[in-house]
Amino acid sequence: MNAPNELNLVALSRYGNDFLREVEERVEDGEWVKMCMQCGVCAGSCPFGPHWEHSPQKIFMMIRAGKRDEVLKSDSMWMCTSCYNCVVRCPRKLPITQIMHGLATYANRLGLAPKMQPTRQWSLLFWDNCTKTGRVNELKLTLGLYFKDGLVSGIKQAWAMRNIGLGLLLAKRLNPFELIKGHECKDKAGIHRMLKKAQEIEAKRLGLGER
Amino acid sequence: MAKKEYAFYPGCSSQLKGSASNYLTSVNSMCDTLDIKMTPIPDWNCCGASVSYAGAGELSRHVMNARNFALSAEHLPGQDVVATCAACWLGAKETKEKLDANSVLMADTNEALKEAGLHYKGGTEVRHMVEVLIEDVGYEGIAQPVVKPLEGIKFAGYVGCQTNRPFGIAGESFENPMYLDKMVETVGGEALTKYEQKVSCCGGALAFSEPDKSQKQIKQIVESAYDQGADMIVTPCPLCQANVEVYQSEINRKQGTRFNMPVAYYSQLLAVAYGASAKQAGLDGHIIKPTKLQEIAVKVVAKK
Amino acid sequence: MAEMKTAAYVCGGCGLAERLNTAQLAKIAEREGKMNLVREHPFLCSDAGVATIRADIENEGVTHVALAACSRRAKTEAFDFPGVALSRANLREGVIWAQPATDAARETTQEMADDYVRMACAELKKMKVPAGNPQAAKNTRLMVVGGGVSGLTAAREAAQAGYEVLLIEKRGALGGWAAQLHRRVPEREPFAEPVDTGVAALIEAVTKDKRIQIMLNATLAKTSGAPGRFSASIATESGGTSIEEVGAIIQATGFTPYDASRLTEFSYGKSPNIVDQAGLERLAREAAAKGEAIRRPSDGAEVKKVVFVQCAGQRDDSGKHLPYCSGFCCATSIKQAMYFKDANHAVDTVVIYTDLRVPGAGEDFYRSGQKKGVTFTKGRVGAVEPNGSQAKVRFRDLILDEETTIEDADLVVLATGQVPNSGVNIDKPDAEDANGAKPISILNLSYRQGADLPQLKQGFSDSHFICFPYETRRTGIYTAGPVRRPMDIAQATEDATGAALKAIQAAENASLGRAAHPRSGDLSFPIVRLDGCTQCKRCTVECPFGAIDEDEKTYPQFNESRCRRCGTCMGACPVRVISFENYSVDTVGAQIKAVEIPDETEEKPRILILACENDAYPALDMAAMQRHTYSAYVRAIPVRCLGSVNTIWITDALNGGYDGVMLMGCKHGDDYQCHFVKGSELANVRMAKIGDTLKQLALENERVITHEVAITDMVRVGKLIDDYAATIEKIGLSPMKGFA
Repeated sequence: MNAPNELNLVALSRYGNDFLREVEERVEDGEWVKMCMQCGVCAGSCPFGPHWEHSPQKIFMMIRAGKRDEVLKSDSMWMCTSCYNCVVRCPRKLPITQIMHGLATYANRLGLAPKMQPTRQWSLLFWDNCTKTGRVNELKLTLGLYFKDGLVSGIKQAWAMRNIGLGLLLAKRLNPFELIKGHECKDKAGIHRMLKKAQEIEAKRLGLGER
Repeated sequence: MAKKEYAFYPGCSSQLKGSASNYLTSVNSMCDTLDIKMTPIPDWNCCGASVSYAGAGELSRHVMNARNFALSAEHLPGQDVVATCAACWLGAKETKEKLDANSVLMADTNEALKEAGLHYKGGTEVRHMVEVLIEDVGYEGIAQPVVKPLEGIKFAGYVGCQTNRPFGIAGESFENPMYLDKMVETVGGEALTKYEQKVSCCGGALAFSEPDKSQKQIKQIVESAYDQGADMIVTPCPLCQANVEVYQSEINRKQGTRFNMPVAYYSQLLAVAYGASAKQAGLDGHIIKPTKLQEIAVKVVAKK
Repeated sequence: MAEMKTAAYVCGGCGLAERLNTAQLAKIAEREGKMNLVREHPFLCSDAGVATIRADIENEGVTHVALAACSRRAKTEAFDFPGVALSRANLREGVIWAQPATDAARETTQEMADDYVRMACAELKKMKVPAGNPQAAKNTRLMVVGGGVSGLTAAREAAQAGYEVLLIEKRGALGGWAAQLHRRVPEREPFAEPVDTGVAALIEAVTKDKRIQIMLNATLAKTSGAPGRFSASIATESGGTSIEEVGAIIQATGFTPYDASRLTEFSYGKSPNIVDQAGLERLAREAAAKGEAIRRPSDGAEVKKVVFVQCAGQRDDSGKHLPYCSGFCCATSIKQAMYFKDANHAVDTVVIYTDLRVPGAGEDFYRSGQKKGVTFTKGRVGAVEPNGSQAKVRFRDLILDEETTIEDADLVVLATGQVPNSGVNIDKPDAEDANGAKPISILNLSYRQGADLPQLKQGFSDSHFICFPYETRRTGIYTAGPVRRPMDIAQATEDATGAALKAIQAAENASLGRAAHPRSGDLSFPIVRLDGCTQCKRCTVECPFGAIDEDEKTYPQFNESRCRRCGTCMGACPVRVISFENYSVDTVGAQIKAVEIPDETEEKPRILILACENDAYPALDMAAMQRHTYSAYVRAIPVRCLGSVNTIWITDALNGGYDGVMLMGCKHGDDYQCHFVKGSELANVRMAKIGDTLKQLALENERVITHEVAITDMVRVGKLIDDYAATIEKIGLSPMKGFA
């Protein structure tokens, strides 16, 4: 999913210019966006703040101003490290971390998120990995990250990290056998079924496929 | 009969040979001394951590956590779920609160859980290991089994983000929580209470996807510890431990620093103070050796 | 009146006996002060000490008492002797606490104490016990001018406190602006919804109240008199006038909205869809009466989008519009946005603001607005134009930092501000008000200084903002509500209650012949020796409170109950014919002359400090309480206000060989703290002109300086004194010594 897709067209036809309403109805904790009072403490408290193209404060304003493309195509919200500093300082108590992740998720679902955004790719990798068996396979996850941009890039990155890898290996915090089989849940099938159901329920609740 | 019993949720990193396996080892040793029985939830699953949101969406994350609650309630009824990983704790606690408050979300969750033959009734208590130590054992209880006080070691207590925000531990301040410093002092160490980077973010999961941005944060975290005169950094989060320890060589290489600051878990401090061996305290699971702890671990002291 | 018998009491308590030779002080009181009776006592404020004094008053016929003890600001309850003239030598705060307790300092400390005893005795002999105001009048009926929320509340509160009230209103109905609102901003928990204005209930309560007489369609043709005896000629609709006697007046004449047509860039008047807040309320009431939603005024179409423009013609730096914030308008816009949202959630309501101000408990109301889906956009509106049957709003989005336009607003509401209905500006009688109108007088006072209450800034009446917000510059007349400063209904209600209390206080005190504020309970008042008066009019013009009128022979006519006893008139009079019985040119002059001035060989300067009793003298006391010491060469005399300082005192001091004179008074200027409003400022002006006098005496300019001192300056005041002592040392002792 890295190009505007059918879901995006459906959303546009349903909400038109009313991006605020779209966010309220479809983004996790989106109903809080209207409570922002534009104080800017979130922007000032963020550890990765300077790396956001649009600060959280600005993103809320942009949503109210109907700047749908600029928000959803931005890589700003992918900068969130889940440190929750904004959340505890917001005078309106907005769950900013959740909203940012929610916007990122929504942008990804609609195919609008920047294709090569590394955290986006990392996030998808992580979910794929942990839902495969119910537990994370750390080695496969890390290698998946290194090789996401191709074989050459992968070898380069793995080589650059070789000392760290070796150190972890010696410290018994890296298990090469994970390449073959890592930790797993017994009821993998049950987990797969339950997650499929969850995705269905959520898509329905959000009206993702509805005009 | 163990004094306290909990349903243990170790999380993916704290598994055998996982990236925080030494955390698990030291927790086991510490709980042994404190007579705390931690029974892993049978067939527990990953919580999704803080970074899997793009693939998961909202409901799926809650369902993953709820599965653990349901399993815990089924196999370890009446026991609180205790997580050692900060992200697992935070995510699970968020799910617990959201489901308790929103009956539609609860119903949807259970509809999904049904596919795995499970049902969550609600009401599971989700605690972090340090909460259990502070609230259930108490600082006095933590002090009691100390046979080797960690005298002479200066610790920078790096609380980090997720045990501190948004829930916080035992009502402490978000801007300057003191619990880690108090724990250090309880086991005889010297706590550097003016450590400015105490609650700064290390980059978390983005240490993987945005290494340069994250390493900028980590550099400040380690540098500040040196500025305060720390011998080592102590932390309650497995990702913080890994991030702050493991990338020091990278930072040295790229930014010309000469960092070599050991990063230990609070559970390792307690284990060593309680007389555990280096192996039992997971001290052999480090890239930067916590030599001062190792020295104390090999000291011979008359048994109490 | 009984023959004057003087007694001096020297206290030994609080360390006085240890630090001073009290026997010497007693001797000075007797020999130099010429006191009829002198006693020493180890603990004068004790029951036994006070009993001794009372016994002397009763049995020995003592009529004048000098206490050489602590400051006049201390122990006022213990040393309360009604009917007896009292002077106090400040030996504790003024001497021993302000001087180092060392052996080396003993000599100069004793000299200070000696002088203060001389001064207290000299002052005492010039004092008379005030007899009270012979013109005291006993009318405690209040007149409230203005029948809006402020006036109604003032009337009701006064009536409930047991007072008769006359309420006059220029229009044909009560209720003012509040009665024209559809709803008002809530002032009770949970502060979430617009509520009933409550005005109907208030009007009913006032109308039914037997103590309140109401006159509608009534204005003041003339107001004369003074507290306790105001006489108001009221012009009624029928054309006649009725004369009413009242004891105090409350002016609650409210505001006029800023004329939105002056905001040419907002096109008010060019389309019925562009309204001000009053206009929106009208639409809301009309719609509610019909049981319908508010419709677009131009064609009755459905309203889909409303834009609220905040700070319309307010907080303006260009000088064209109001420079201030009116405080109530943001909450009003939120309320009006809620009118739409409550009726139909789909209506888009956008509030464009630069800062959102919701004083009082407004934050909860703001949150409630956000919860209802009112959109708040931080932006600066540049222009509003009609756009067919809609309107275009051009603004700069301040967060996104870009110019944007809303093309399709069905209604635009301009949040304009309040222009007070203050009447004529007596300092600039031809000036226009902020709406470009020439005001007509409201009170029509027959006072010599002018027909209305003096204004301070922006057309609002001067109400001693910093210290005493309910006061005005006319005794017995109080302002309440937006005529005093911009405010909303909740604040106006509180304001009116305060004004009612002040009016009652003024009338009651006037009936007892006493001053009410700030010299509470003062029975003295200015007495003029008219045969010496040169009719220069300085007292009449300079009185900060317009207490002095002019009679037909152009002599000053004093209205005692309009007077606040500050003594500015006394300070102004070049022929010194004005004095108070217990505070006169002589009481201070005698103190100045009583000080022993060493000749120049002794190299001990003498510096006179005239310190106002409101801020400067307390600062000196408090510096001493903290044991901040300063030069032993100063002699401080408290004055009621620097405005009461007559230049003769300065001349006498310089002639008498004083090396320097320091005047210390309250802050003057726009943010004045001077308790008598103008006194400190006048003193400053007069001292600026004293250069001529100094030249005549061949003295340096540094010999007289003036400082603004606040009551909190306890550390600074000692430094000011020591710095001045150093200046005197630099320029040398006064060459006038030995000529006295």
